[in-house]
Amino acid sequence: MAVLVFAESLSGSIKKAAIEAVTYGNLTAKAMGTECIALTIGTSSGAEALGQYGAAKVYNVAASDDFDAQAYAAVISDAAAQLGADTVVFAHSSSGKSLAGRLAVRMNAGLVTSVISVPEGGNFSVKKGVFSGKGFATYEISSVNKVVTIAGNTFPPEIVGSDVAVETLSVTVPASRVTVKSKSTVDGVVPLPEAELVVSAGRGMKGPENWGIIEEMAGILGATTACSRPVADVHWRPHHEHVGQTGVAIRPTLYIAIGISGAIQHLAGVNQSKVIVVINKDPEAPFFKAADYGVVGDLFDVVPKLNEALKKFKESQN
Amino acid sequence: MKLLVCVSQTPDTTTKIKFANGDTEFDKNGVQFIMNPYDEWYALVRALELKEQAGGSVTLFHVGPKTNETVIRKGLAIGADNAVRVDAEASSAMFTSKQIAAYAKSEGYDMVLMGKETIDYNGSEVGAMTAEMLEMPFISYGTKMEVAGNTATIDRDIEGGVETIEVDTPFVLSCAKGMAEQRIPNMRGIMMAKRKPITVIPAVDAADNVKVTKYEYPAAKTGVKLIDPENMEELVNLLHNEAKVI
Ligand SMILES: Cc1cc2nc3c(=O)[nH]c(=O)nc-3n(C[C@H](O)[C@H](O)[C@H](O)COP(=O)(O)OP(=O)(O)OC[C@H]3O[C@@H](n4cnc5c(N)ncnc54)[C@H](O)[C@@H]3O)c2cc1C
Ligand SMILES: Nc1ncnc2c1ncn2[C@@H]1O[C@H](COP(=O)(O)O)[C@@H](O)[C@H]1O
Repeated sequence: MAVLVFAESLSGSIKKAAIEAVTYGNLTAKAMGTECIALTIGTSSGAEALGQYGAAKVYNVAASDDFDAQAYAAVISDAAAQLGADTVVFAHSSSGKSLAGRLAVRMNAGLVTSVISVPEGGNFSVKKGVFSGKGFATYEISSVNKVVTIAGNTFPPEIVGSDVAVETLSVTVPASRVTVKSKSTVDGVVPLPEAELVVSAGRGMKGPENWGIIEEMAGILGATTACSRPVADVHWRPHHEHVGQTGVAIRPTLYIAIGISGAIQHLAGVNQSKVIVVINKDPEAPFFKAADYGVVGDLFDVVPKLNEALKKFKESQN
Repeated sequence: MKLLVCVSQTPDTTTKIKFANGDTEFDKNGVQFIMNPYDEWYALVRALELKEQAGGSVTLFHVGPKTNETVIRKGLAIGADNAVRVDAEASSAMFTSKQIAAYAKSEGYDMVLMGKETIDYNGSEVGAMTAEMLEMPFISYGTKMEVAGNTATIDRDIEGGVETIEVDTPFVLSCAKGMAEQRIPNMRGIMMAKRKPITVIPAVDAADNVKVTKYEYPAAKTGVKLIDPENMEELVNLLHNEAKVI
């Protein structure tokens, strides 16, 4: 029984999250002694490359690119039946989260979301973060069919194969009851949930006019910018940059927090970052307790110096 | 509009989390419980606003034991008309969704509103499951909704941006920040809540197909390494050679 991965696209191209999902699907298939199949829906350029990350086969279902969880879930569960898949993998993305629960119902499958481990043992056991990063739980799925969504930035893509030709899969696509009117995403920037490097700033910045040094750092590193909640609340920064309990939860490899105190609600969204750097003038700021590297100093002095050092480093790398 | 708002109960974010019984159980002793913030601030308040605008009713729905009624009373104090409680532990998302769907199926709700996720197990599962069981569209992570007649225009969060969609009732919606502003219950609301009905119903049969076998605490940070603010080359060096993240 195969592992089916829904490989999602954004603006017609395969997403990074989809490549991670295929990477995970391949590891899971290996653990279960079966093969990993990738499924794409609608325009999905770059899908053949999923073969490189471990998809033995890649299928495409012709359908509207406008996302509708209900129609897409019907397509994926029909595809799973046709292809003999008992395990379905999604990215823990806005689409993946909207679909996984529907699939679990359709397939009568046990569901675990945002997993951070490959299934182990004879039973299907997977781990995930719970209580906003204050613990981990290992779940066992006891049903025959299984559905998981995988946490972002957790399964680094590895090239294990080569391109495979995309085959068309014929599945009836139900009419959508949702009409997509418009879609706006920031161009040329890695979306925050997918970003490996994140530069984030808070109220210590004093005002939106001072964000130049933050954007400069993000530019040098190729990082995505984020912010604390009060900063988004007063519209110094766009709402989608807000990280934390009420905002986006992220798991980057590097999180640089500048002028952010490190309140528990903020930490809830960022404490699963691999490495945390904190720049704050107050040595008592709670964030230092959650940090790997800290700089106690005035950000208006420290950040320009760090930017210079990063620039020099980047130049030396070329 | 006939609106159903599903509310869960969850430990307060600031609560210390402990595990018991050889780390196989979550230890509820001494834990402060609250209504899940997304349900309270966004789903419930937006439902109340719609009712204020267009008339109708707002019913709270909760799966949980009698001890959780404090949370339901708070929802009634904020302004919901009445509540339904399924008298059972919400043992899994599948179990909870089956309860919601079994109840909502014949009641003809225009919308079933939820929070984007519960902040305990961070599942984001119940909304999609319930929608599938009810054979309704599911709009996730709504941050804004306008309703005209029976058509809703909703902004939803997608990675790094926003998608605007249109959908006709009935549907299931999960709510995130932006959907509404938190309301604090006032004295009059609290008094009125005492007289609002909570209907208690038994659970429908539903088996769990997932279970937690073990809990763990996150590895403690080994302590922050402080770097001289005058020596940012050192920080860059550490990030490159020691942490290997740049
Ligand atoms: C239910 C609930 C949910 C919440 N959800 C979130 C959430 O999702 N995300 C979130 O971020 N917050 C959230 N909050 C708010 C949170 O509690 C904090 O209030 C918030 O994170 C503080 O933001 P901040 O660190 O930017 O500002 P502050 O707490 O004001 O901290 C500013 C920091 O900058 C430092 N600073 C000032 N000037 C300088 C300088 N020149 N150089 C260097 N450092 C300087 C200060 O020492 C201070 O530590 C939530 C709160 C509640 C109650
Ligand atoms: N026990 C429950 N009773 C009623 N509604 C619930 C319950 N658990 C979860 N929900 C609803 O489902 C949403 C998503 O929860 P979850 O799938 O657990 O992240 C919550 O925000 C609630 O609106």
